[in-house]
Amino acid sequence: MRNGNNFRDDNGSARTLFDKIWDRHTVTTLEDGPTQLYIDRMYCHEVTSPQAFAGLRQRGLKVFRPKQITCIPDHNIPTVNQEQPIRDTVSRNQVETLGRNAGDFGLTCYPVGHPKNGIIHVVGPENGLTLPGMTIVCGDSHTSTHGAMGALAFGIGTSEVEMVLATQCVFQSRPKTMRITIDGKLGKCVGAKDIALYIISQIGTGGATGYFIEYAGETVRNLSMEGRLTLCNLSIESGARGGMIAPDETTFEYITKTVGAQPLFSEKEMKYWETLYSDSGSVFDKEIAFRAEDIEPMITYGTNPGMGMTVNGKIPNHCGHSSGETVKRALDYMGFRAGEKLTGKPVDYIFLGSCTNGRIEDFRAFAGLVSGRRKADNITAWLVPGSWHVSEQIREEGLDRMLIEAGFEIRQPGCSACLAMNDDKIPAGKYAVSTSNRNFEGRQGPGARTILAGPLVAAAAAITGVITDPREI
Amino acid sequence: MDRFITLTSTVVPLPVENVDTDQIIPARFLKATSKEGFGDNLFRDWRYDEHGQPVSSFVLNNPLYGGSILVAGKNFGSGSSREHAAWAISGYGFRVVVSSFFADIFRNNAMNNGVLPVVVSAGFLAGIFASVETNPCATLTIDLPEQRITDNFTGKSEHFAINAYKKECFLNGFDDIDYLLSRKGTIETFEKTYY
Repeated sequence: MRNGNNFRDDNGSARTLFDKIWDRHTVTTLEDGPTQLYIDRMYCHEVTSPQAFAGLRQRGLKVFRPKQITCIPDHNIPTVNQEQPIRDTVSRNQVETLGRNAGDFGLTCYPVGHPKNGIIHVVGPENGLTLPGMTIVCGDSHTSTHGAMGALAFGIGTSEVEMVLATQCVFQSRPKTMRITIDGKLGKCVGAKDIALYIISQIGTGGATGYFIEYAGETVRNLSMEGRLTLCNLSIESGARGGMIAPDETTFEYITKTVGAQPLFSEKEMKYWETLYSDSGSVFDKEIAFRAEDIEPMITYGTNPGMGMTVNGKIPNHCGHSSGETVKRALDYMGFRAGEKLTGKPVDYIFLGSCTNGRIEDFRAFAGLVSGRRKADNITAWLVPGSWHVSEQIREEGLDRMLIEAGFEIRQPGCSACLAMNDDKIPAGKYAVSTSNRNFEGRQGPGARTILAGPLVAAAAAITGVITDPREI
Repeated sequence: MDRFITLTSTVVPLPVENVDTDQIIPARFLKATSKEGFGDNLFRDWRYDEHGQPVSSFVLNNPLYGGSILVAGKNFGSGSSREHAAWAISGYGFRVVVSSFFADIFRNNAMNNGVLPVVVSAGFLAGIFASVETNPCATLTIDLPEQRITDNFTGKSEHFAINAYKKECFLNGFDDIDYLLSRKGTIETFEKTYY
C-alpha cells in the first residue's frame, strides 16, 4: 500500500473526473459555505421519501422537475408472493404512500410487480436512467453504486430529498478527492467484492470520510460493468461520499446493450462523455495504490465492513482502525475469538443478492461454483435477484433450473435480507454468509450474525455448509 | 428550525466507536411516514432486550446521566443515510452531538434538523469522558458565536469548526430549503446554459 499526498504540478488547469462533473453542475458556491449543486436525476424509494413529500405539501409546492425523478419501492417489499398485498400493514402503507406521492406529483414510478421494479441501484443503470457525467442522488447511502457508470452519485438525507424535489438542487460541501489505483492480475476466485472488502479492511470504515473516490488502474479497467457497480457500491463503507470510474468502452457497450443502439443521445451529450476522465497531471488530495496479486477471497469476522480478512485467515488480535474494546465487543457479538480461523465453521443462512451482489454476473458466479453439487442440508439459502430484469436473465440462461435442481430457491426481487425490513430476517444468534454490504449488529435481524463475502465464498459455504475457501472446490 | 446560540448541559456519554445509523435506529423502525416518535426507539437494540425490557447497563437507562448533549466515540453516524437517525436523536431531546469524527451524511442530516455536530480533538473527547466518569453532573458549554466548547469540570476549552453559512442557519433558525427556494431564479438561469 502506497500512501501519500500529491502536490499540484505546473499544469494547474488539469482537472479530475470528479472536478469536471462537479464544476459543470455548480449553480453557485456560497462564500465559506456549500455549493449549490444541480441534480440530473433523483431516485426515491419508500423509506426515505414520505417525509420529504409531506414537506412539499406543507409548503404548498410542486415538484420542480418531475421528469428527473424516478420512484421505485424496494426496501420493504416481500420476495415471495409479490402479486398479493403486502401482509405487514405498516410496510404496505409505506409502499402505497410512495405510489400515491408519485401519482399526485406526476412522477414516474415502477411499483411492485412492474417489469422494471427491483433495487434502485440495480434498476437505474440497467435501464439507461443512470448515464455518464450525470449528478445522481437518492435517499440511500448506496447511491455511490451509480458512480461506476462515470456519474457523480451520492446518498442524501430526507431533508435533501425535499430540497431536490422542490428545486432540483442540493447544498453540498465540496469533498476532497482520492484516487485508489489497483494494478495487476486478480487471482483465482477473486472478484470485485473481494477488492472492495480488501480496500475497506486496509483503510477502515472512516478511511475515506470527507473524500470522493475515483477507482483507477488496470485491474479496475478490466472489471465488467457489474463488477464496477459492486466496487463503487461499497465506497460508502469506507466512509466516502461516493466512488466513480471513468467511462470507457465497457461502459458504452453496457449502455448500448441495455438501452439499445438507437441514437438516443444528443451530440452535445456524447461530446461531453468523451471528456469524462481525469486529465494527466490532475491532482488528487490523496492517492492510494494496491496490487491485485495481494487480494484473496475475503470474509468479515466483525460488526463493521472494515473488519475483514482473507477467507482462510485467522481473526487478528487487533484491527488497526478500531480500539481493542471495539474489536472485543464485535467478537463477543459474533461469537468468535481472536486468533481463530473461520474456515470449517458451520453456517445457517446464505444470502445472495442486494444492490452489492444482486446482478446477473453474481448469479453466474454462484451457479458456476455450485454446478453439479447440492445445497448442504443445514443451509437455508435466499437467492434474491436485484431486479426483474436480472430474474429474466437468470431464466434465459437456465441458471434457475440448475440452481433449483441443486436444492436452491430463487425469490422475487427486492432489498430483502440485506436490511431485513421485509420478512427475510436472519434469526438471533444464527450465522449468515451474505453478499450484501453491512455486517452491523442486528442489520439482518435482531441478534443476527453476518459474515460478508462475495458470491463465490457464499456458494462454497452453501454447498459445504461451513465457511470454505472457494479455491479448494 | 429552532435557533441555536449557546447551550450548557449535562451530557450522556457513549464511549463507543463507529456507532452506525443501524444502531441509532434499526431498520425495522423506519416504516413510519412522519418524522415523529423516532426518539422512543433511539438505540433500541442496545437500550431494550428482546423482551422489550430496559437494559440497565445501557447509558440511556442509567439515571445518573441525562441532558441534551450526546458525547460519542469516533466515526459517529456511519453507514446508512437514514435521516431517521437524526430524527431519533433530536426526538429524544439531544441538541448537540460531540465526537472526534462524524460520518459525512449523518453530519448533514443532523444539521438539517437543528442538531449541532461538534467535532473535538481525540484528547478533548477523552477529557470529557474522564470528567463525566468522575462527576456525572459535569457540564459542557457550547458557544456557537465563538465556536467554542468548554468542559466546565476541568475548565478546558477548544475551538470547533463550522462553515459560515451553516453557522448563520443555526444562529437564525433557517434551513437550506428556505434558502434554495429563494434562489429559484438562479436555477432556471443555470438550466438555460446547461441544456
